[in-house]
Amino acid sequence: MAITSDDIDKLAVLSRLEFAAAEHADFTDKLGSIVAFVDQLQAAATDDVEPMAHPMDQVQRLRPDEPDANIDRERLQQCAAETEDGLYLVPRVIE
Amino acid sequence: MNQLHGLTLSRLREGLEKRQFSATELVRHFLMRIEQHDGGLNSYLTVTEASALQAAAAADKRIANGTARPLEGLPIAHKDIFCTEGVRTSCGSRMLDNFIPPYDATVVTRLADAGAIMLGKTNMDEFAMGSSNETSYYGDVRNPWQRNCSPGGSSGGSAAAVAARIAGAATGTDTGGSIRQPAALCGLTGLKPTYGRVSRFGMIAFASSLDQAGTLTRSAEDAAHMLAAMAGFDPRDSTSVDRPVDNYVGMLEKPLHGLRLGLVEQFMGEGLDANNAQAVRDALAVLESLGATVKTISLPNIGLSVPTYYVVAPAECSSNLSRFDGVRFGHRAADAEDLTDLYRRSRSEGFGAEVKRRIMTGAYVLSAGYYDAYYLKAQKVRRLISADFEQAFADVDLVVGPTTPTPAFELGEKTDDPITMYLNDIYTIGANLAGLPALSVPCGLVNGLPVGLQMIAPAFAEGAMLNCAHQFQIASDWHTLSAEGYA
Repeated sequence: MAITSDDIDKLAVLSRLEFAAAEHADFTDKLGSIVAFVDQLQAAATDDVEPMAHPMDQVQRLRPDEPDANIDRERLQQCAAETEDGLYLVPRVIE
Repeated sequence: MNQLHGLTLSRLREGLEKRQFSATELVRHFLMRIEQHDGGLNSYLTVTEASALQAAAAADKRIANGTARPLEGLPIAHKDIFCTEGVRTSCGSRMLDNFIPPYDATVVTRLADAGAIMLGKTNMDEFAMGSSNETSYYGDVRNPWQRNCSPGGSSGGSAAAVAARIAGAATGTDTGGSIRQPAALCGLTGLKPTYGRVSRFGMIAFASSLDQAGTLTRSAEDAAHMLAAMAGFDPRDSTSVDRPVDNYVGMLEKPLHGLRLGLVEQFMGEGLDANNAQAVRDALAVLESLGATVKTISLPNIGLSVPTYYVVAPAECSSNLSRFDGVRFGHRAADAEDLTDLYRRSRSEGFGAEVKRRIMTGAYVLSAGYYDAYYLKAQKVRRLISADFEQAFADVDLVVGPTTPTPAFELGEKTDDPITMYLNDIYTIGANLAGLPALSVPCGLVNGLPVGLQMIAPAFAEGAMLNCAHQFQIASDWHTLSAEGYA
């Protein structure tokens, strides 16, 4: 499947990325060669093969939903660019 | 005193115990060497001199009063992918250039609790995406064996630091070969444990079904000591496996008599440097002389491991890296017009080209219309590859072969073509897809550069693999060689 310039635009929207014109051509080219490379998977016979999402088919283990010493809002929020009263600040969403 | 850096962790531990030198002297010696040698290598991103000296003083007290722990006073470095409380953790990215974690990764905590002393944080490919350490925001790392060459990646800084003997050992992570490949290219022992054996808590995620933390050391014996401290169940990592940890150190001395090795036929063909192939065969002859038997085995689907990986890993990365949005931590673009603009610009400014390519590839293989053809297909082929290993282990105890197709390549040699770079991991990726433990040990020099012998073991059989590697190192001296100028 060839990668077109339109594909790059669509994937950039999905990925929340943007590209300058010069970068755009390079990404179209390189992503195209990556997709062409992984296309060799199509030749593998996989009828009746169960997909494998995790090594050893592990399932996610759940733990009790209890706070521990690592969940400290004040300390965690020190990593953020802008906070106020325990909340994260972002540009206005609702006008 | 001025040759302390030449010793393995195991010998350093004995020296500390016999009071031949103090932990403070040892740490000072390594800090001085970092100062002298790292300028030409760029292997450290942060040196934590003050806290290292403080920890060394505490270690000396413990040694004096008889409460020394297994790794007491030993100077190590952490790959900058492991969160360290109060110490910047960049993951090699502009995105996290300002990130000071509020907690330690479990690996960091466990090694500190065992007495190891952190000298600093090492350079790496951005978000561990790379095989040459050339995607780091902080510049290339140079290979101590030949400084115009790559040390490999993504744990390139850890490998270069241990090879240059400016760290006693280092942690790394391995998603597709990121410990074993740099270990091979820098003449080190590199261990990737079984998926789930070592906690991933506080280890910045790249591809969650493949990532595993491990070690870069000067010997298999050192790797056994490090793994003993790192391994074990952690309730904070939902993929951590609740299963007893073997006595890795205790298993090292077992004779190899009767050990069955399977040399992968597909790894010895086209693409493998002839001298590299010969080094592997010579190493296997050594193991045979120790009582092991070698037979050729086939992993029929292994040829598809690289394309499988380059669907699965980008898919998981595109999902994992969606957390970098400029809101809660990491780089935030200035003067965003709205929330979408904030996300888009923070990410576009914060990520480098290779990371963006992988996010975009991941978005592509997961997107409507392509999911079945790529992602689901890759998961099915992953099952086939895993089943090949399972079948091989019915007949042999360890699977063996080369770690890389060639010795270290020149910096800049493979940066223009992502596929050429990806193919560097052709022998290592299979173990990640199947979740198996694997390691690389130095097995020769090709054109004056080190190459590695890879061993892959059944799940949780790290002990048998370390035993084999240790016995090989008793019978050979490749692991004792050092790069010129760093001896």
